[in-house]
Amino acid sequence: MKEECPACGYNGHGGLCCTKITDLSVTFGSEVILDHVCLHFHCGELTAIIGPNGAGKSTLLKALIGIVPYSGSLSYLDAKESRTHRPRFGYVPQDFQFDKDSPVSVLDFLVAARYRFPVWFHIKDSARDRTIAALKIVQASHLLHKRLGILSGGELQRVLLALALDPIPNILLLDEPMNGVDQDGIILFYQIVSDLIKEYDLSVLLVSHDLKSVRQIADRVVLLNKKVLMEDAPENVFQSQTYYSVFSSDKKRVP
Amino acid sequence: MSVWYRFMGLLPFEWAVPGQYMFMKHALLAILLITPLYSFLSTMVVIKRMSFFSDALGHSAFTGIAIGMMLGWIRPVVTAVVFSVVFAMCITFFSQKTKQSKDTVIGVFSSIAVSLGIFLTTWGGNSFTKLNQYLVGDILSVTPSDLGMLLLLLVLVITVWFFLFNPLLLMSFNPEFAISRRVNAPWTEFLFSALLAVTVTITISWSGLLVINSMLVLPAATSRNISSHISQYHRWAYIFSLVPGIIGLLISYELGSSAGATIVLLQGILFLVSYWLRKR
Repeated sequence: MKEECPACGYNGHGGLCCTKITDLSVTFGSEVILDHVCLHFHCGELTAIIGPNGAGKSTLLKALIGIVPYSGSLSYLDAKESRTHRPRFGYVPQDFQFDKDSPVSVLDFLVAARYRFPVWFHIKDSARDRTIAALKIVQASHLLHKRLGILSGGELQRVLLALALDPIPNILLLDEPMNGVDQDGIILFYQIVSDLIKEYDLSVLLVSHDLKSVRQIADRVVLLNKKVLMEDAPENVFQSQTYYSVFSSDKKRVP
Repeated sequence: MSVWYRFMGLLPFEWAVPGQYMFMKHALLAILLITPLYSFLSTMVVIKRMSFFSDALGHSAFTGIAIGMMLGWIRPVVTAVVFSVVFAMCITFFSQKTKQSKDTVIGVFSSIAVSLGIFLTTWGGNSFTKLNQYLVGDILSVTPSDLGMLLLLLVLVITVWFFLFNPLLLMSFNPEFAISRRVNAPWTEFLFSALLAVTVTITISWSGLLVINSMLVLPAATSRNISSHISQYHRWAYIFSLVPGIIGLLISYELGSSAGATIVLLQGILFLVSYWLRKR
């Protein structure tokens, strides 16, 4: 049984521009990871995706940026230009594992990710200035010459956010950005994100297990378990029967 | 070359006399060409944790040489380069396709390669001794035409390094993240493996199978202990490759020891010192 995808357009919840995901499915071999997902979200809003482990939350983000192949369609309507085009994504990955002993500074890392000119040879002044500007947005310009391996969890997430924000994307995808980050780091990170949403009218998709933060910061909440079970304002989702039945086997996560 | 010979004549060494000890003059120039090669590649071998892979490449180069010797009508270095590149591709391909851990895949291929090499060489009751020169290596055997080839290789490596470094660096952090930044991961990995294979194979007869991997790991491993950003990491890796290279060659001449082993011993000492000094 397939439900109709919701129409894309102004619905009173957010800005005029919106993104519509229609019938997005992902399969690995015979295993269905995402099953005809229909979703729409607006700019100027933070949409949180919650669901149990293995619900396909991270896979959804990876499909959107094209790391994981999928079927279905994605359309983005730009309010300013009132036309559809492929949106520009910014992506902060989940659980960014790397060798903490790597002799790589924040500057090296950000420049290597954005420019082709080899960082071992020379870092141009223009690249350096732009990197500093990007770090300023996330209040991390003091980290420029620090080694990536010695950053705290929160600092690393802000550096990754700085990278995702340059150039300013239409849609910002955050995959469990607060794993291993202390309480102060979490507050600062979400403060920066909500400022960005206001300033640049971004659409933000947040995947998170931290339901307490989701309840505080999300404008919309999507309950996902291979397909969209529910999509509504946070207070409605957290009080729903569907929410309890999904999370009842996982008592700790109920806030 | 004549410029080099004239320059050598100015040095205060016994072997620097004009017209004599040409092998030593060639060897010194070879060191100057090989050490930057190794230092560049070693920076990635170390941060991408590929030292076992580069070790396996040494084994495959050895087998490629054995195949070339058996065929007889072709220069062993040609078959060795072809064999090593195919070998590197196989490892890269299989470790991307299977769920086996990468070091298992490398171990399997490395064992097959080295057994094949010994099997082919000793087939029909032949002695293994003719391949001994590849085990220990002899930098003094380098000829002016070899030097030309080394120069070409150096130009190739530096050129590729210009375009490949940033993508490789992102991949060393996190391959999936690199793909999300539009890095063509399989192609980048493939090109780096091939470059490493070609370098190991071409230089193995001078460096020696037993120590070549040390030269590909130690410079950057030492540099990593004391560096906090990439250009510093490259600079120190180069210095830790070049200085022991030159001093090692001079010492080996005085003592009559193997140049490759002497150089690696010096690099090893530097590593221990840097480990002790590391600022963490």
